[in-house]
Amino acid sequence: MTGETTLTEENLNATPAIDDRGVPFEAEVIADTAAHNQAPNTTRNMVLNMGPQHPSTHGVLRLLLELDGETIRKAAADIGYLHTGIEKEFEVKHYQQGVTLTDRIDYLAPMSNNLTYCLAAERLLGLEIPEHAQWMRVMLTELTRINSHLVWLGSSALDTGAMSVFLYCFREREDVLRIFEAFSGQRMMTSYFRIGGLAVAPPRGWQKMVKNFVDSFPSKIDEYEELLTGNRIFMGRTQGVGHISVEDMLDLGITGPMLRAAGLKTDARKDKPYTSYEKFDFKVATSDRNDVFGRYQVRVEELRESCKIVKQALEGMPEGPWKADAPGIVLPEREKMKTQMESLIYHFKIVTEGFRVPEGEVYQVVESPRGEVGCYMVSDGTQKPYRVHWRGPSFGNLQGVPTLIEGSLIADVIASIGSMDFVLGDTDR
Amino acid sequence: MPDFITPYLIATLVKTAVLAGALMTTLAYLQWIERKVIAHVQVRMGPSRVGPHGLMQPLADVIKLITKEGVIPADVNVFFYVLAPFLAVFMSLISISVIPFGPPVTVFGYTTNLSLADPNVGILFVLAISSMGVYGVALAGWSSNNKYSLLGGLRSSAQMISYELPMSLAIAAPLLMAGSLSLREIVNSQGGYSFGVLPKWAIFSGPFPQFFSFIIFMISAFAETNRVPFDLPEAENELVAGFHTEYSSMKFASFFMSEYSNMVTICCITTVLFLGGWHPLWPAALGSNFVAPALFALAGALCFLHGLNPARPLDRFTLPVFGLVFFGLAGVFLVPIVVTMFMPVFWFVAKTGFLLFVFIWIRATLPRFRYDQLMSFAWKFLFPVALLNLLLTALMVSLVQ
Repeated sequence: MTGETTLTEENLNATPAIDDRGVPFEAEVIADTAAHNQAPNTTRNMVLNMGPQHPSTHGVLRLLLELDGETIRKAAADIGYLHTGIEKEFEVKHYQQGVTLTDRIDYLAPMSNNLTYCLAAERLLGLEIPEHAQWMRVMLTELTRINSHLVWLGSSALDTGAMSVFLYCFREREDVLRIFEAFSGQRMMTSYFRIGGLAVAPPRGWQKMVKNFVDSFPSKIDEYEELLTGNRIFMGRTQGVGHISVEDMLDLGITGPMLRAAGLKTDARKDKPYTSYEKFDFKVATSDRNDVFGRYQVRVEELRESCKIVKQALEGMPEGPWKADAPGIVLPEREKMKTQMESLIYHFKIVTEGFRVPEGEVYQVVESPRGEVGCYMVSDGTQKPYRVHWRGPSFGNLQGVPTLIEGSLIADVIASIGSMDFVLGDTDR
Repeated sequence: MPDFITPYLIATLVKTAVLAGALMTTLAYLQWIERKVIAHVQVRMGPSRVGPHGLMQPLADVIKLITKEGVIPADVNVFFYVLAPFLAVFMSLISISVIPFGPPVTVFGYTTNLSLADPNVGILFVLAISSMGVYGVALAGWSSNNKYSLLGGLRSSAQMISYELPMSLAIAAPLLMAGSLSLREIVNSQGGYSFGVLPKWAIFSGPFPQFFSFIIFMISAFAETNRVPFDLPEAENELVAGFHTEYSSMKFASFFMSEYSNMVTICCITTVLFLGGWHPLWPAALGSNFVAPALFALAGALCFLHGLNPARPLDRFTLPVFGLVFFGLAGVFLVPIVVTMFMPVFWFVAKTGFLLFVFIWIRATLPRFRYDQLMSFAWKFLFPVALLNLLLTALMVSLVQ
């Protein structure tokens, strides 16, 4: 685990090969437009630079579009405006400190990312997580999914012009964020899952908060559906828009609701169950439409399913400790730390120098709201990871942008990229 | 007194001043009402900082917009760039001058119409002026030297020209029934009640009730005024701000004003053509004159009721004041002379206000059409239906005659 790739002259100058289905770069769009405009007896095409500052590119995505009237002839997505260097930063943090970075990768689904990172580290450590903590993780991850899907539903409805749905969705998201705040003290950057269990004990009265939410939420979903599902204008804007073949999706690495909306029943929660997802009864929402409307249906169905999972977790929550019994890795309880010498030493050691993780490498997959989020972790036996690679689902999903929008209209671009549900932080890491 | 100061001149000057003042206030407060209504639909508060219930918000907005720096971007066509907003606002404000708000009134022995002008081709004037309005938008989009503006301007020109056709056809049908192009004559022809209660408005009665025509006209009106669900020229999520992306300060405000002014005008026209202008919903003999006092009294009572349980400390004082104002208005509308002079105006304003509320309501509810869908909707659906409606109306009118 010490091999380093040296940067040679050849490495630096090699241009990446693009195959036929590859993603075009911005230069290609400009060249293509210039070539078109030079040809005799043609109308002139226009290059439109959409973003990085644009109300509907959901962050700092930049799209380069070649326009013939309002029709897109060629498109390229330009990413990298939100590069944070988080992957590199993992290498200088202790394992436990790395959790806080994962929130910032995909800031709409913090818990899913926490979970991926913790599961990877726990697998390297060989830690056994108590059932109570596992169920708690399931419950909060599903609330995260609801949170993220609500933001998606609101903003993509706003993209088609339906203003009110946005605010209704944020009203319910507020409830979820209050639950997060009660659990972790933070609304967005929760960092609530830690290696070995949870960060702190669940707050008093959490059952009531979650129960209130779970009881009222299904009727709220009906409310959104009433405004959108049967709406002729919404149907016209979304049906048959943003089609991409399943083969293309698999080649480009698109996962999650986009793949499920094409009828493919892939869900890491069912395929490779983690944190006792196998004990929960839920359906994998699919649709055969393979367009923006299909993705909408899948996500709305997932809202309902997630709500059901939260309900099951709430009702069947097993009793027990909320963190693993692993001295030297998991912080001792506060009271023991104050009274027992041994605990105090453990506490001091964990906080100051972290814990050593056995040498090895592991790849952990979790189904985040956006698709498969993967954490490839390599340990060289020290307190800090040798390398953490993050497979962001948004990065994979974004690869489909040109395929999705070429040949469609400007209005479809907005609907299509909205339907991919990407987070630019997740794309650039 | 010089010869040229005739009662006609004085009356016209007074009417101009009143109408201009009322229109400007309406435009400013329409925006406040829109923000408040949409906010309440969306479980928000809306403007609430400037003055009680944000009532001073329009004033604050105007001051802000006037005092802002008017940026003219590099490489724009300055002449057209500056001309466009003025063209837009001029064309939208001027058409209100032919709207009749009520029957003739007699003041100090001088009888005058409650409208600035009453040309015998009033409706043609409105159509002509509103067609000119598209120049403002198209020129703004073209001269701004911005690709989003250009796309917005193009969309708008195409949209307004396309929707003008079903709109004109929808207008033609009630004109056939009224037998006149004068807006005043059109309203007069809708007076009276069939069976003693049902008003003879164009959408209810006549040889062929103009219900479809009304719907088509309303849909086209949404498109003409660039409102949701036809607000493609300024589709924020696609074209940033469309044709007025590059405009700032008062030039931006002019576009804003022209949009709201267009809305007011088109609602007035709808009222005149289809909803019987100033004619009440049911005859005065059955007590329609008491609708106004009753409504104002209800508003006043609600204000007092909310004042008892105020959301904010200040409401304890402001709401009763509003309540008193409303009760005062209720009292005013019980005075016989006011009833004869202003009751028709009340009905006119009430109908127009309701239509404006529908505009706002729809904005809070519906998503936006796509460009090609909008076009095919106009040409493949609205146009044939409007044509069919016109043919049927013509047939019925000729059969009755």
